[in-house]
Amino acid sequence: MNRRELLVRGLMAGTAIVMPTGLLARELSQTGMLRAPGAADPPYFGTETEGFLTAAERRALDAITARLIPGDADSPGAREAGVVTFIDRQLAGFYGRAQHWYMQGPFPEALETQGYQYDRTPAQLIRTGLEALGAHTRTTYQGADFADLTPEQQDEILHALEEGEILFPGMSSKGFFEFVHEMTIEGFFCDPVYGGNQGMVGWQLVGFPGARYDYRDFIHHNGARIDLPPVGLMGRPGWSAG
Amino acid sequence: MAERKPPVDVVLVGFGWTGAIMAQELTEAGLEVLALERGGWRDTPTDFPPSHAPDELRYYWRHQMFLETARETQTFRNSTGQVALPIRRWGSYLPGVGVGGAGVHWNGQTFRFLPSDFVARSHNEERYGPLPEDMTVQDYGVTYDELEPHFDRFEKLCGISGRAGNINGTLRDGGNPFEGWRSDEYPNPPMEMTFSQHRFEAAARGLGLNPFPGPSANMSRAYVNPLGLPLAPCTYCGFCEKYGCGNYSKSSPQTTIIPVLMKKPNFTLRTHSEVLHVNKSADGTRATGVTYVDTQGNEYEQPAEIVILCGYQLSNTRLMMLSGIGEIYNPGTGEGLVGKNYCYQVMTGVDVFFDEEYTNEFVGAGALGMIVDDYNGDNFDHTGLGFIGGAYIGCWTTNARPIESHPVPEGTPGWGAEWKAALQHNFLRHTSLSVHGASMAYRGNYLDLDPTYKDIYGRPLMRMTYDFTQNDRRLSEYITPIAEEIARNMGGRDVHASSLDDHYDIVPYQTTHNTGGTIMGETPADSVVNRYLQSWDLHNLFVMGAGVFPQNAGYNPTDTVAALTYWSAQAIRDQYLRAPGPMVQA
Repeated sequence: MNRRELLVRGLMAGTAIVMPTGLLARELSQTGMLRAPGAADPPYFGTETEGFLTAAERRALDAITARLIPGDADSPGAREAGVVTFIDRQLAGFYGRAQHWYMQGPFPEALETQGYQYDRTPAQLIRTGLEALGAHTRTTYQGADFADLTPEQQDEILHALEEGEILFPGMSSKGFFEFVHEMTIEGFFCDPVYGGNQGMVGWQLVGFPGARYDYRDFIHHNGARIDLPPVGLMGRPGWSAG
Repeated sequence: MAERKPPVDVVLVGFGWTGAIMAQELTEAGLEVLALERGGWRDTPTDFPPSHAPDELRYYWRHQMFLETARETQTFRNSTGQVALPIRRWGSYLPGVGVGGAGVHWNGQTFRFLPSDFVARSHNEERYGPLPEDMTVQDYGVTYDELEPHFDRFEKLCGISGRAGNINGTLRDGGNPFEGWRSDEYPNPPMEMTFSQHRFEAAARGLGLNPFPGPSANMSRAYVNPLGLPLAPCTYCGFCEKYGCGNYSKSSPQTTIIPVLMKKPNFTLRTHSEVLHVNKSADGTRATGVTYVDTQGNEYEQPAEIVILCGYQLSNTRLMMLSGIGEIYNPGTGEGLVGKNYCYQVMTGVDVFFDEEYTNEFVGAGALGMIVDDYNGDNFDHTGLGFIGGAYIGCWTTNARPIESHPVPEGTPGWGAEWKAALQHNFLRHTSLSVHGASMAYRGNYLDLDPTYKDIYGRPLMRMTYDFTQNDRRLSEYITPIAEEIARNMGGRDVHASSLDDHYDIVPYQTTHNTGGTIMGETPADSVVNRYLQSWDLHNLFVMGAGVFPQNAGYNPTDTVAALTYWSAQAIRDQYLRAPGPMVQA
C-alpha cells in the first residue's frame, strides 16, 4: 500500500461513521441497470429512541396544534392525529438539525421574499419560540402557560403571533407561528408511518385515498364522488402489509 | 494534488436529460464518453418503487431527490441595491441531483416552442416596432425549422402522448392550430381526460378558442421506444412532479436511455463526482478537461478532448463563472455575457370551486390536461398591448396531495375550525387553471457571483438578482382575465383568479423553469455559445440546457432543451469531429 492509498483509507475511515456506503463515489461501466429490488431505503420516520421535546414543550405544542386544526366529536383534529408526536420525531432527526440546509452566516435582516433566514435550525426555532411564548403568557395571564388558557384566549394569541404583534426576544414570532403551522399541516396529512395522521384521520377528513397507485378504473368519474378508504404505505387496518 | 485520470474523448458534467442524450449520441459515434454526476445512482425499483413513491412528506417536503442547499444554493435578491441572502431551503424552484437529474421528478409536460419564439427580437420588431431599450431579448440563432427533426426525435424517444395540430402545414382538428409544423403525429394518443378537462374544453370552445390535449410524457398506453425500451401505461396516481414514477410510465433518462447506455463498453459513469472547474489550455483556446472531487474528498484531473456541460442551468452558469470562461455580466455597464438574460416563468392561476360535482383530482397525472394556446407567443395581435410574448392557459389535473393542496374560497381563515370545514368541503370539488407565461429578458435580471456566501468548498455561491418586469405584469394582466372567463364558463359555484405578486418571492413553489445565463446567439458579442451550443471562447466546450435560452417562452422547457441537445450532438458528430474548431466564424 502506498502513501496515497493509506491516506484515502484514512479519509474513508473517518467518513464511514457519518456516511452510508451509498454516498461513496462509484465507477459504473457495462453494469446494466444495477437493479436492486427490495433494497429500497425505507422512509426516515424518526429513529431516535428519545424525542426532542420536553414534557412542557409537548404540552404547549399540543395546545397550539389543537387550535390550528381543532377536533370535535365528529371530526378528529391535530391532537387526535398525533401531530405533536410527528413534530417531535421530525425535530429529533435530520430535519430538526437542518442537516441538508445551507446554514452558514451571516444572518442580516432579510426581505420577506428571501425566505427562511433564521440563524436557528427548526428544532432551535421551535424551542426558543415556545420558551418566549411561555414567558409571554406567564407575564400576561398571571403565571399561566399557553395550554392553561381558554380556547378564545389561545386563538387571540395565535392571531397576534401570526401578525407578528407579540414580540419575541431575538426572533420573529411570525416566523415561529408559520413554522409551527407548516409542521402541523405536515403532521396532519403525512403518511401515518411518520407518527402523524394516525388512523389516517387527515386523509379521511378531505377524502384523499392515500398511497394508492392505480386509478385507471376511476378516470371517467364524470363528476361523481370517488369514495375509497385510504391506504398508507404500510397498508390499512384489516388489510395490512405486516 | 489532484490525481490524473486516463484521458477520454468526451467528459459530460452532469447526467440528467441532456447528459443521457449526449452520451447516447456520442457513444453511437464511437467516442469514449465519461459522465461525471455529483449525486448518486438511482433506479426505479430501488429508489422510488410503487410501494414508496406516493410519499408526499419524504419526496417533496423533505426534498429526497433534490439538491441539498447545504452543498450548493444561490443567493437571491429582487434588485441590485439589495443584499442577496442564501436560499436556505428551496421554495420557488427545485433543482435536481443524482442520475437522471430533474428528469426523474418532472411532470412530463412536453411542448415545442413556437417558430416565432426562436426569433423573438427580429419577429416582434418587424411586426410591432422597436422593443424597449432595457429589454435584452434576442434571436436564438437557430430556427424552428432546423430543430423540427430533433423535436420529433425526442418526442419519439419519450413516447409523447398528444394530438398534432399541424402536420407538414396541414391543420388537423383537435390539435393545436398555432403550433409549428410537425413532420409526424405524436407517437401515442392523448391521455384520457377527466371531468375538469371536459368542462374546460367545452368552456373554451364556447368562447371560440381552440383547446387541445396537453402533450404528455406520461404514457397513454404501453410503448416501446426507438431504443427498444418499454414504458408502461400511466395509472393516473397523481405523483409525478417532485416524485419518481414507480411504474415506468413517465419518460425519464432512466426509462428511455440509461438502460441502453449502461451496457455500452465505451460509456462510463462516475457518481458522487462533482466537477469544480473546467481546465483551460495555456493559450486559452481549448478546454483540456475538468477537475472534480469525490465524496471522500479526493481530487482528480480528468483530461478530455471535448467537455460538455450537462448540469442544470444554474449549475452550468456557475461553473462557467468559477472556471473563468468568458466575462461575468455587469448590468451597470452592460458588458460581460455569462449570467446575462436570466429569465423564469410568469405564472398565475384561477381556482374553480364546484358544489354538486366532484373533481376528484387525486386521479391525475403530471401531464394530464387540456390547453388553449390562442394567447401564447405571437398567436394574437399585440398591437397597443405594451408587451410581447404570451402564455398557455391549461387545465391540468396533476394531483390532490393534501400537504400541498388546500383549496379554500377567498376570505376563508388560514387555520381553525372554519378553515377545516372549508377544506373538507372543497378538497375534492376544486380544480384550477394555470396561466403559464413567457419571461422576457431585461437588463436588471441576471446572475453573478456572490461577494459574501461560499459553498462547502469555499467557493462563491452564485447570486440571483430577479424581479417581475413590466412586460410580465402587462402580459399577466391581459391573459389572466381570459383564463378567468373560461373558468366562469365551467359551471362551478365560485371562481378566483390570482395575480402576479408585487415582487418575485423565492418561497412559494412556482416552477423549475430557470433559463438564461449561458445564452446562445448569432455573434460572440451577444452570446456565450453559438448556434450549435459551442462556446465562442473554447471551441471544444459545449453548454447544454435552458441556460442557452436568450429568454423564456410561454411553455415548459424540456422539449426545447432536448431538441437543442440533439441538434448540438448532430453538429458535433457531423461537423466538429471532422474538423475540430469553431463551427461558426466570429
